[in-house]
Amino acid sequence: MAHVATAEAHAEHDAHHHGPQGILKYIWSTDHKMIAMQYLFTGMFMGLIGGLMAYVFRMQLAFPGLPVPGFGLVSPGEYNALVTNHGTIMIFWVAMPVLIAAFGNFLIPLMIGADDMVFPRINRLSYQIFFISAVVILLSLVVEGGGFGGAWTAYPPLSAESQYNLTRLGASLWVLAVALEFVAFLLGGINFITTLMNSRAPGMKAYDIPLVCWMIVIASILFMLSVGPLIAGAVMLFFDQTLGTGFYDPTRGGDPILWQHLFWFFGHPEVYVVLLPAIGIVIEIVATFARKKLFGYKIMLFTAVATGVLSFFVWAHHQFIAGIDPRMANVFTVTTLLISVPIAELLFVIIATLYGGSIRLTTPMLWALAFVAEFLIGGVTGIFLGASGSDVYLHDTYFVLAHFHYTFFPIAIIGTFAAITFWFPKMFGRMMNETLGKIHFWGTIIPFNMIFIPLFVLGLGGQHRRIYNFQNFPELAAMQPIRVLATLSLVVMLLFQIPFFVNFVRSLRRGEKAGRNPWHSNTLEWTTESPPPHGNWPPDQMPVVYRGPYEYAHPDREEDYWPQNLPA
Amino acid sequence: MQKPLATTRSATGIPTSRLAVWWVLASEVVIFGGLLASYVMHRIGHPEWAAAASVTNTWIGAFNTLVLLTSSFTAVLAHQAAEHGDGKLAARYLTFTIGGAVTFLMVKAFEWTEEITHGYTITANGFWSFYYTAAGLHALHVIAGAIIMGFVARDAAKGRELHRVEIIGIYWHFVDVVWIFLFPLLYIAK
Repeated sequence: MAHVATAEAHAEHDAHHHGPQGILKYIWSTDHKMIAMQYLFTGMFMGLIGGLMAYVFRMQLAFPGLPVPGFGLVSPGEYNALVTNHGTIMIFWVAMPVLIAAFGNFLIPLMIGADDMVFPRINRLSYQIFFISAVVILLSLVVEGGGFGGAWTAYPPLSAESQYNLTRLGASLWVLAVALEFVAFLLGGINFITTLMNSRAPGMKAYDIPLVCWMIVIASILFMLSVGPLIAGAVMLFFDQTLGTGFYDPTRGGDPILWQHLFWFFGHPEVYVVLLPAIGIVIEIVATFARKKLFGYKIMLFTAVATGVLSFFVWAHHQFIAGIDPRMANVFTVTTLLISVPIAELLFVIIATLYGGSIRLTTPMLWALAFVAEFLIGGVTGIFLGASGSDVYLHDTYFVLAHFHYTFFPIAIIGTFAAITFWFPKMFGRMMNETLGKIHFWGTIIPFNMIFIPLFVLGLGGQHRRIYNFQNFPELAAMQPIRVLATLSLVVMLLFQIPFFVNFVRSLRRGEKAGRNPWHSNTLEWTTESPPPHGNWPPDQMPVVYRGPYEYAHPDREEDYWPQNLPA
Repeated sequence: MQKPLATTRSATGIPTSRLAVWWVLASEVVIFGGLLASYVMHRIGHPEWAAAASVTNTWIGAFNTLVLLTSSFTAVLAHQAAEHGDGKLAARYLTFTIGGAVTFLMVKAFEWTEEITHGYTITANGFWSFYYTAAGLHALHVIAGAIIMGFVARDAAKGRELHRVEIIGIYWHFVDVVWIFLFPLLYIAK
């Protein structure tokens, strides 16, 4: 009965909405769920490109001078362009659009009980600018002279002067694409922040908001406050490249270190911009599958805020060997080591939530647990790089590279797979296959460690980053088997993504029907249909919130979960 | 397009549009903040830039400051009129503000033409690079603000979307404040 009434109210609501029809419904929609899908699929496509780039340059390192199957011979210029754009794409066109934009768009209105974002058209504009930026970065790879090869950090003078980087067009398009991407995320971020502040369901107080929403919003604020100086810096770099100004040219009164400050003032908070949403995703999954109330909601929230504040005072640890004042290096060593305290606290809250829970090892839960384990390695190895004394020796080696990937792989890849496998039933109305999911999980996690543990070893052995062919260095040539191991592991890992795509596509059509709440979770998105209709709930049945999001295994209740919208 | 329910809710009690414009300004503050901090650091390191700075015409800068401040004043009057529900009057005041923006840009165009024809181009030295970049970025904000204000005034004249008069006013005051920082840094400091 209730169902029929719902369907009718729903049809009526649809009739009121005169949106675009046909294919335009997908590309010109202002619905937050559709925009989330656009971000998700664009991000996944860019992730595939970034992964294949890694395949090409890792093959060159393992088998230097041999043609790479599917690509051909890799020239030094192409090698530089590949490593540069691998980094740029994976951070700006994969981690950010998927973790923040796709899941922020999908989850925030659903989890706070709203029918859409507060500014739906700005939301659509944000995606459209993002899409243009993605086209520009891909275009920059094929223009005359090839893609920009001055590393994703784009330090001048290499990035500013085309007589050094030899990619006049590629370098300028690279800066332009990154700047457009920033604009897209500023627009999206303002939407996330104001939506969370103003559009919560009646009864939802600040501490009733699911933490993943808080994390995405804190990340958006961090992004907004850190990216400004880099936008100004990017304008200056663009002028240096195109107009011939000398902002970063010391012979003309400029300063190349200025760029490093502007870049890392953004670049380090950026780590937390993508980390916090991933932690938020892990929290939701762990609380659901440990069937236990989250240990310390407020600890988690205020720790995230503290991380955000501290992240503005650590940037110069990337510049210990850039000739900065050694006294400044001491200050930044202290702040950098301090920031590991709140990060450790975030992980401890997750572990404390697991303790005594009745844990269900579903695929999303495996990803969430793997996140904690792998990110821990990334965090602990960071201590050696944050302390200026040891960083002087490890700087710019593969140790840094391995450390970085032990933080960003859990964030961007493990976090994303955790989120996709967890919310797939809500997004598409069907369950994913658990067996294929577990094959994909182990086939990703084991090779991942087999790629990057060897790189730690290489880094400690003195192998520097961004070198085309290590055979030219007799003292490094002996470590070739380790390089081959890392490359072969990468190939295995890429092949194990096939089960994921098969699972994804098959489950879209043939997966078991999910129903509203397959995981018996508490948050509001599980109270509507899967997939949610336009407007998320029928207008007369918008949810009202009575309690916090993590009331699992409450002693007063038969069932071990207690949805936020059930009256007491 | 039908407005979603989300747009009409206000859990904080502050209208969403006002909340959003303040967040926009927060992001703008760090953009200009980064640029101006870079300029100040360089300026301290390069005492010889004072020679270039002495070329800028303080009187023209002062005149433009006056124009912007006046245009901000009419933006306040427009807000007051909108509060009283008088859309026509609000639109008229906004037109004055747009006039101020146009005057500002025309003076700027004259000033830059003078300077460029005398060889003080963006590549002349570090000071001129910062001068054109900072003032140019500000001028882009003036242009954008004037265009948006045109749309707001058009609606306000018909008595529609009167709350937008306040929003564009807040933005306009920000554009004004940025200039208040640029004027002493680029013109007065010799």
